[in-house]
Amino acid sequence: MIRVELVKMFRRPRTYVVAALLCGLPLIVAVFLATTRIPPPPGQGGAFLSAVLSNGALYPAAAMALVMPVFLPVSVAVLAGDAVAGEASAGTLRYLLVRPVGRTRLLVAKLVALVAFVLFAIVAVLVTSYLTGVALFGSEPAAGVALPADVTSMSGVTITPAGLALRLLGTVAYIVVSMLGVAAIALFLSTVTDSALGAAMGALAVLVTSQVLVTLDAAAAVQPYLPTRYWLAWIDFFRDPILWRDIERGVGIQVVYLLVLLGAAWANFTTRDVTN
Amino acid sequence: MIVTRGLTKTYGRVTAVDGVGLDVHAGDRYGLLGPNGSGKTTLVRMLLGLVFATRGEIEVLGLPVPRRVRDVLPSVGAMVEGPGAYPHLSGRANLTLFDAAGPGGGRRDRRRRVDEALDRVGLAGIDRRPVRAYSLGMRQRLGLAAALLRRPRLLILDEPTNGLDPRGIREIRDLLTELNTDGTTVFLSSHLLGEIEALCTRVGVMDRGRLVLQDDLATLRAPTGRVLVGTPDTDRAVALLDGRVERSDGGTLTVRHPDPAALNAELVAAGVRVSAVAAERRSLEQVVLDATTTSADRVEAA
Repeated sequence: MIRVELVKMFRRPRTYVVAALLCGLPLIVAVFLATTRIPPPPGQGGAFLSAVLSNGALYPAAAMALVMPVFLPVSVAVLAGDAVAGEASAGTLRYLLVRPVGRTRLLVAKLVALVAFVLFAIVAVLVTSYLTGVALFGSEPAAGVALPADVTSMSGVTITPAGLALRLLGTVAYIVVSMLGVAAIALFLSTVTDSALGAAMGALAVLVTSQVLVTLDAAAAVQPYLPTRYWLAWIDFFRDPILWRDIERGVGIQVVYLLVLLGAAWANFTTRDVTN
Repeated sequence: MIVTRGLTKTYGRVTAVDGVGLDVHAGDRYGLLGPNGSGKTTLVRMLLGLVFATRGEIEVLGLPVPRRVRDVLPSVGAMVEGPGAYPHLSGRANLTLFDAAGPGGGRRDRRRRVDEALDRVGLAGIDRRPVRAYSLGMRQRLGLAAALLRRPRLLILDEPTNGLDPRGIREIRDLLTELNTDGTTVFLSSHLLGEIEALCTRVGVMDRGRLVLQDDLATLRAPTGRVLVGTPDTDRAVALLDGRVERSDGGTLTVRHPDPAALNAELVAAGVRVSAVAAERRSLEQVVLDATTTSADRVEAA
C-alpha cells in the first residue's frame, strides 16, 4: 500500500507543480539580490540573506529560511488535507477500503507518502538553490565556509564543506519533523471532513493563529506549547557551537503534537462511517 | 451468502435502515429494489464494512461483518454508488493501482488480471486516455472491471447499469448472468424495476428503511388464479362461462379459472373462437406497489 501511495503521489502532476513553486521562490529572491546587490540589513529580512552575497554556497540555508515559515507548511497542509478527504470526494476511498485496505494501513501509507513529499520538496529546494547560489554569487574557495555574522554570535568562524553538509542534514531532519507536525494536524482534519479544502483550511488556521500568538507578548504563557514556536530553531545548526536547546524543545513539541493528532486521526478514521 | 438479523442504522434521529433481515442464498441473483432514499445504499455499505451498524448482525460468506471483514472482502467484488477512479490516470493504470493496493495475487500476473477484467466488461481496446475523458458509461464499466478483478465469489453492486445505454445495460445483464452461471452470487440494488425483473431470481423490496418483501421472483409472480382470454366472440363466451368472468375489456376477458388449457378446451368445444389465452400473473410493478406505501421523494402537506 505504501508503494501504491508513492506511485500515486509521484504520478500526479500536482506534486511537481508544488515542488517547482517551492523552488521558484528562492530563485526569484536570488535574481533580485544578484542584480541589485542590496543585502537586507543584518537582523532583518530572511536569515543568511546578507551572507550569501559573499558566498553562494550558503544559499541553500537561506532558501530554507525563505520557504520554511509559509510556503512549505502551506503546501504540506494542502497535501495532507487532501490525503483522506480527497480520496473520499473522488469516490476512491470506499473502493480502497473494500479492496480491502485496512484503515490503519491506509493512514500509515498516507503519512509515509507525506514524509516522502517533504523530503522530495526540501531536496529539490536545496539542490536548485545551491546551483542558483553558486551560479549567481559564486562560492568561496573550498578551504571553508565562513558562518555569517548575523547568525553566529561571533563572526569569522569557518566550517568545512563537510561540516556545512552535516549541518544542512540536521536542518533537513529538523524541518521534516516540523512539517510532520503540520501534516498531522491536516491529516487529522482530513479524516474528520470529506472536504480536502476544508481540512487544509483548518490546518492553516491553526498555523496562522499559532504564528500570530508567537509574536504576541501577551500570549507568553502559551508560547512554549505552540506548534510553530520553534520552527526556525534549525538556524541554530549554523551557530558555532550548535545551540541545541531550542532544537531539542522543537523536536519534543512536534513529537507530542504528532502522537496526539495521529492518535486522534487513527481513532476517528477507524471508527467512522464512510458515506462518501 | 449474506444474512442480516435486525440490522438497523440510525443517523441522529433519522432511521436509515430499520430491522432488516436480509437472506441471500449462494447462487442467487438477488435484486434489492427500492426507491431512492429507501436505505439501499446504507445497507450495501454496512455489508461491506464501510458503515457501522447501530444494531443487528451481519454475516457475509459465513463470517461476521465488520469483525472479520478483512477475511470476507478478498472474495467480494463491489461497486458502491457509482464508480471511483483517479481522473488523471488511465483506466488500466487505475486498475493496476487498485490491484496492487490490496492483498493477494502476485505482481507477475497483475497485467493479465487487469486485461482480463477489462476484456470482460468490454473495455479491451481501452487506450491511454485519462479517466477524466471517459464517458459515464465507460466509467461504469471500469468500476465493474475493478469489481471483477479478483474473480470474486460474491458480487455486491449498487446501481450497476447507471449511465449505460440500452445496449450497454443488456451487455452487463448478460455478463452478470454468465458470471452467475459460473457460480458467482450476484447481489445488486436498483431503483429500476425492469432491470431487476429481467435479471434476478430473488427479490427484496426496501421501503423507508424496512425490507418489506423478500421472496423468489417466481413465487411473487405466481399465477393469480385468473386467466386472460382473447376472443372475438365475447358475448357467447360470457354466456358460456356464466359468472366466472370478472372483467370484459374490449376483446379480452378476465376469467376466474385455475387452468388455462382446460378453459381453452372448454371454450373451443363450445364453438367459441379463442385468439389468445394465458394465465394472469402479477407484474413485479404491482407487487412492489402493493408492498410500498408512497414515493420516498414525495413530500406531502401536513
